[in-house]
Formats: sequence, structure tokens, C-alpha cells
Amino acid sequence: MTRVGLIRLAVIVGAIGALELACRIGLIKHQIIIPPSEMASALWTLLASGSVNADIERTLGIIVLVIALSIVLGFAAGIAIHALPRVRAALDPFFATYYAVPVFIFYPVLIAIFGLSVMPIVLIGVATAIVAMIIATLNGLDRVPRVLTKVARVHRLSRIKTAVTLQLPAAAPYLFTGVKLSVSYGFIAVIAAEFILSPAGLGRDIADAYADFNNRRMYALILFLLIVATLVNAALHALDMRFAARRSGGRP
Amino acid sequence: MSVASLPSREIHAQLEAVTRVFPAAPGAGAQPPVHALGPVDLDLRKGEFFAVVGPSGCGKSTFLEVLAGLQKPTAGTVTFEGKVVNGEVADGIGVVFQEDASFPWLTVWDNAAFGLRRNGVAAAEIRRRVDDTLAFMGLKDFARAYPSQLSGGMRQRVCIARTLVLQPRLILLDEPFGALDAQTRLLMGDEVLRLWRRTGASVLLITHALDEAAMLADRVGAMSARPGRFIEVIDTGWPRERDSTIVGEAAFGEITARLWERLRGESLKALGHAGADSMAAE
Ligand SMILES: Nc1ncnc2c1ncn2[C@@H]1O[C@H](COP(=O)(O)OP(=O)(O)OP(=O)(O)O)[C@@H](O)[C@H]1O
Ligand SMILES: [Mg+2]
Repeated sequence: MTRVGLIRLAVIVGAIGALELACRIGLIKHQIIIPPSEMASALWTLLASGSVNADIERTLGIIVLVIALSIVLGFAAGIAIHALPRVRAALDPFFATYYAVPVFIFYPVLIAIFGLSVMPIVLIGVATAIVAMIIATLNGLDRVPRVLTKVARVHRLSRIKTAVTLQLPAAAPYLFTGVKLSVSYGFIAVIAAEFILSPAGLGRDIADAYADFNNRRMYALILFLLIVATLVNAALHALDMRFAARRSGGRP
Repeated sequence: MSVASLPSREIHAQLEAVTRVFPAAPGAGAQPPVHALGPVDLDLRKGEFFAVVGPSGCGKSTFLEVLAGLQKPTAGTVTFEGKVVNGEVADGIGVVFQEDASFPWLTVWDNAAFGLRRNGVAAAEIRRRVDDTLAFMGLKDFARAYPSQLSGGMRQRVCIARTLVLQPRLILLDEPFGALDAQTRLLMGDEVLRLWRRTGASVLLITHALDEAAMLADRVGAMSARPGRFIEVIDTGWPRERDSTIVGEAAFGEITARLWERLRGESLKALGHAGADSMAAE
């Protein structure tokens, strides 16, 4: 492990240790936060009991669906908008200010329209995540050097082949930024939507545990989500590093 | 590959009264149309090395792109191997651009193999041709490297290699060494001569360096300030076997001096034009 990695690990271990200590010596009340070690053991018991399996499946399933839809549709929309300069000019202000508006306030509206089902959660998730992918796609295509299009024409590539063999790899680093953002936004939006109002799911579970003063269950679930989110992001980061290393010839 | 010792008189590509006008940009900050090129007439002979020199912004790249089929001429006709070129690049034409056009996501080897893979050439044949071309271009030891690990000159060589593997019959080079220092440029010039002799292709080289044109080409076309037209085409009379040592010959000095004599006024005009344009824009 590198020095930086060691320091990073030390910070995390130190923070967890400090929290553990603060809880154990009564600096933080047990009713407010339980010690991390108890969170872990509570999570272990919870997972072993299998009582949350259905909720885990449901929530992670929705998150995967939201992320997949956002990336695929966002990419397609980005390509289409990029090809239509006038449409793009018209939409640009919306994109620029999109994340300044809390899209989330439309969640109740969606529930009113679609009822208390998976649909409003998926829609609010996609609405939150897709624009990041569209913006990243536009940005990426903008940065494909114009000379590459000329090279494509000299090689007499079709439009589709040009897109796949030249524009896509040239824009890939920017697209990957979009993917990472979509993953984060999708995650946040789905959990938050479930937390506010949902018939089931991990977010709903956390809200219920909170309402019941069931700290062990609540913190176990929070810990679970933290671990999943961290693992997903670490995987994406590793992938990113691999691509970057290839482009710069082994010098990330 | 048999290579004639003298350029034949056979016409390889031809421009007849070709002009290129970039239409006025629509919208608010209305730009007037830009007459970038022509009218230009030129017969490129099969197997010859033709260089184009001219002041900056005179339309050299436009000339090359119209000839390549990357841009449609506004008027006039371009023919390559007897067929009219009209906004599409014909088979047999290879282009190396002024900008770095190497693919940063591919290794040098894969960069060079790009065109062959798209054409569905058999793997063994691809390997043979790419290895051969990389060796010829002095890139053999860098086959596994990525462009970001190479200098600008090496990246241009990668682009040349990518063009050469397709065995083009007409190679168009747009200031490929524009960004290099003078010494490296002389050496790269030798390489272009070498590839020209070995491939037997016709070569059209655009450059802003008069000495480079005088040293490399069979004929040099001097282009006027924008809109670019040929104000003179000079026969250098060099033997086919030649290299950068001819810079020591008296004829070299004479050709360079003659080019400068023709271009000095045009270069001044190009500078003056810039000033006049910005004043007219008020
Ligand atoms: N797409 C375009 N639209 C409008 N004007 C253009 C376009 N491309 C080139 N021009 C103009 O046409 C003229 C000739 O450009 P060109 O690039 O052919 O010159 P050049 O001789 O290659 O210049 P340089 O020496 O800088 O490479 C320039 O004034 C340029 O601004
Ligand atoms: Mg140019």
C-alpha cells in the first residue's frame, strides 16, 4: 500500500475508533448513536436472519435499474442533442441550472400520478441521475478533436463506425465521469425516495427503525448502505485508474 | 514494387479552376463569406513529389482538403485517377494532418493497424504490414507505447505509419513537421524522401518552410496570399536519389531565393490583410 493509502486508512480507522471510544465512555448517548462495533454485529445478525433480504433485493434492484436507464438513455439523448445544435442551444440553460433546482420536490407529484409503487421511485431516480450523463456525453463529444472526424472520413468509415471506433473512445474519459455521477445520484435519489414514502425497501426500513427507536436495526442498515456505496465507488475508481493508466501508458 | 527512376508525365490528380468559398456564417455576428482558395489549376503527375508553400492562412490546408475530397470545391473540378472527387475521399488517398491525429487510447501498434482492421484484412497480413511499417518509420521499439509517451514528432510519425500501412497511391501531408525544430525537420524530410522512393506513391507536401520545399520536392508550387492561387510552379530538377545534404548545393540556394522572391510580397500582403480586415470589421 502507498503512503497516501496508509494515511487514508489511518484516518478511517482513527475516526471509527474515536466514535467507538466516545460511545463506550458515554460521551455520546447510546440512544443517539450506538458504537460502530455494535452496528457491525447488529448488521451481521440482521443479514444472517435473512429478514431484510427482500428489501435489499428490491432496493438494489431499483438502483441498478435507475442507473442503467440513466446511463443508456442519457448517453443516447446526449448523442441526439449533440447532433442537433439548435435543440442543444435551446436546452443548454436547463442543463446549466438543472442541479440548482431540487428535482426531488416533484416526488410527491409523481406519487400522486403513479400511486405508491416502484414507478415514482424509478422516475425520480432517473430524473436525478440522467442529466449528469447527458451533460457528460455532450461535454465528451465536444472534446473529440475535429481532426478525428477527418481521419474517419479518410478511412471512409460510416457514421456508426465513426461513433463507435473513434468518437466513443475519444470521449470515454468524460463519459466515465457521467457514469460515476449517475451512479452516485441514482443511489442517493432511490434511498431518499424510499425514506420519504415507499411501500418497502431499505430506505423505508431505515425510516421505520427510526420511528420505532430501534437504533440497532437503523444503524445496521445505514452501515450496510455505506458499505455497498463504498464498494461500488471503489470499483468504479479502480476501473477509472485502469483506463487512465492505459492512456498515459502506465503513468496514472 | 517497381519504381520509375523519373516521374512520369501521367496525370495522377488534377484540379481545374477549383475555388473554395466558405459561406457566410448565419446568425447575429454575421461573418462575411471567406474566399479561401483559387481559382487553382494543377496537374499532379504520377509518382512526383510536389510541395506547396505559401504565407500562413493563404488556403493551403483548404487546398489539401479539397484535393483529398474532405471538402467540396465551390467551383471547378477535382479528379483523382480519372474519377471526379466530390466531397468524398477516394480509395488510394492517404492524409496526414497538420494537427496531431494519433489516437491516445491505442498503442502505437494499434494506431498503425487501425485502417487495416476496419478493412477486414487478415490478421497475419495486418501483423506483417504493421511490423514492417513501424520498423520503416523507426517506431519498432515503441510499438507497445501510447502516444502520450511520445514526443510530437514521434506522434506525427505514428500518423504517417497509420497512413502508410494502407499503401496509398497519393499521400497528402499537411505541415506534418510544423511544430518541430529545424534540425529534426531536416531529418524528417529525409524520411519523407525515403518513404516516397520506397512506396512509389505521389506525394503532396504542404509546408511553410521554403527550404523544406526546395530540398524535398520535384516541383514546388508557390501560393499567393488568400485566396490562395499558384503564382509560380518551380521545377527543382533534383535526382530521385537525394537527401538533406543537397542543402549544400548552389541550386538549393537559388531555388530557395527564388521562392522567397515570389513569396515575400505575398507574405507581407498576408500580414497587411490581417490588419486591413480587423479595421474593416469596425
Ligand atoms: N471552416 C471554415 N470556415 C470559414 N473560414 C475558414 C474555414 N476553414 C478555413 N477558413 C479560412 O480560410 C482561410 C484559409 O485557411 P487554411 O487553413 O486553408 O489556411 P492555411 O494556409 O492552411 O493556414 P496555416 O498556414 O495557418 O495552416 C483562412 O483565412 C481561414 O480563416
Ligand atoms: Mg493549414
